[in-house]
Amino acid sequence: MIRTENLHKSFGDNEVLKGISTEFYPGKTNLIIGRSGAGKTVLLKCLVGLMHPTSGAIFYDDTQFSKLNRRQVKEMRKQVGMLFQGSALFDSLTVEENVRFPLDMFTNMTRKEKQNKVNQTLERVELEGVNDLFPSETSGGMQKRVGIARAIVMNPKFLFCDEPNSGLDPKTAILIDKLILSITHEHKMTTVINTHDMNSVMEIGDNIVLLHKGKLAWRGNKAEVLNSDNMILQNFIFASPFLQRLRKNTIENQQ
Amino acid sequence: MIIVNFLESFGRYLMMLGKTFSRPEKTSMYYKETMRQMNDIGVGSLVIVVLIAFFIGAVTAVQFAYQLDGTLVPVYYIGYIVRDSTIIELAPTITCLVLAGKVGSNMAAEIGGMRQKEHIDAMEIMGVNTVSYLIMPRMIGALVVIPMLVAIAAFVSVIGGYIAAVPTGYMSSEEYVQGVRSFFDSNNVFMMFVKAVTFAFLLTSISCFQGYYVKGGSIELGKASTNAVVFSDILILIADYVIAIVLT
Repeated sequence: MIRTENLHKSFGDNEVLKGISTEFYPGKTNLIIGRSGAGKTVLLKCLVGLMHPTSGAIFYDDTQFSKLNRRQVKEMRKQVGMLFQGSALFDSLTVEENVRFPLDMFTNMTRKEKQNKVNQTLERVELEGVNDLFPSETSGGMQKRVGIARAIVMNPKFLFCDEPNSGLDPKTAILIDKLILSITHEHKMTTVINTHDMNSVMEIGDNIVLLHKGKLAWRGNKAEVLNSDNMILQNFIFASPFLQRLRKNTIENQQ
Repeated sequence: MIIVNFLESFGRYLMMLGKTFSRPEKTSMYYKETMRQMNDIGVGSLVIVVLIAFFIGAVTAVQFAYQLDGTLVPVYYIGYIVRDSTIIELAPTITCLVLAGKVGSNMAAEIGGMRQKEHIDAMEIMGVNTVSYLIMPRMIGALVVIPMLVAIAAFVSVIGGYIAAVPTGYMSSEEYVQGVRSFFDSNNVFMMFVKAVTFAFLLTSISCFQGYYVKGGSIELGKASTNAVVFSDILILIADYVIAIVLT
């Protein structure tokens, strides 16, 4: 589990996170949602340690992240995987070399063991026969899957995804969502996803955290989204007249 | 404000150097990367270095032949002047100024591009010491290969001087060779390698620094690449002056 306590982050006079206290649970897909500029990316970067909070604490299980020394942070990071918005695959390496990179860097596995592990992982994300392609030779959806494969190849306890659906067509986006959901449940990982894709919210939102102007505005799950009377949530999720009508009809049908 | 910015950047530069030479996570990965960098810097720059060195030697020979024409200075001195001017000054300095433009801007752009495409963040999250992994192999590669390139440049310059001076009739082959073999001081070769190593360190560390800490988009990346060349060139010239004072 990941827990934040009264997390603040400022850039000069601009306070982006204003006292976020929340929890992200293991074996669940935890979504951070909110409008652009709400502080989602900053929160995610604080959680993974790419940014340091101005004040407050982040706990990975019972370990306070900011109290770890450099070596401990390095060890902790071996339990963390991350999928980036642009996949962040190394252009000069093939798909296989990208996925193998953490194994090459941090394990003493033999060449054959690494090869098997890479193949297994690529199979898990439904990518076979693309080992020798370079990232530029693959589609956006494939790149996301390679990114997921690289993130999970070390069997992390914590998986972070920064807008995994951005730039993908709706069908591929759903496939990526389902993949993340199944991997999360399978490995009992604590998965934290930063998104503003409404399909994701309604499909895989086991635990949803809504940020608004740097503050925690709402917390719940996908089932609670429809019936919540939180105006910030409703204005965000059901922003268009079409979605508002859809929500109204769904609630009427439920009654 | 300028002084504060300078001190801040200088402090960050020193901290970067401190992190660069920390213990590698996996020696084999660093070794592989160092070999790749050596190949990129060495083989990739060989043609331009040879070409420039050849013409520097040729121009030096022709210019001095013209200057000394009709004087009492023996003509074989041209060979001596070409040899020493290239060894002491032209080979290390011009080669490294050229490499600052070619290799330095490439390093700044490559690392800066990795920063912008979140490759560096991805490595950080894996637990890689990115400063060390991205900069140490480049620095070691440059420190090994650039002195070799400088030595090749010095050799090619002397050949260039020969080709410009002998077949064109400025002097005989024997005179040029006599000049090249006269008044040889091995300290000059030592100075050449001191300069080569110092300049290699400066151009690599400054270029990597500019790329690693780049912020923003493509305009900033272009600026970082330009700054890498400009700052490297300025510091190479200052270091050249300091070494000349200290070692002569």
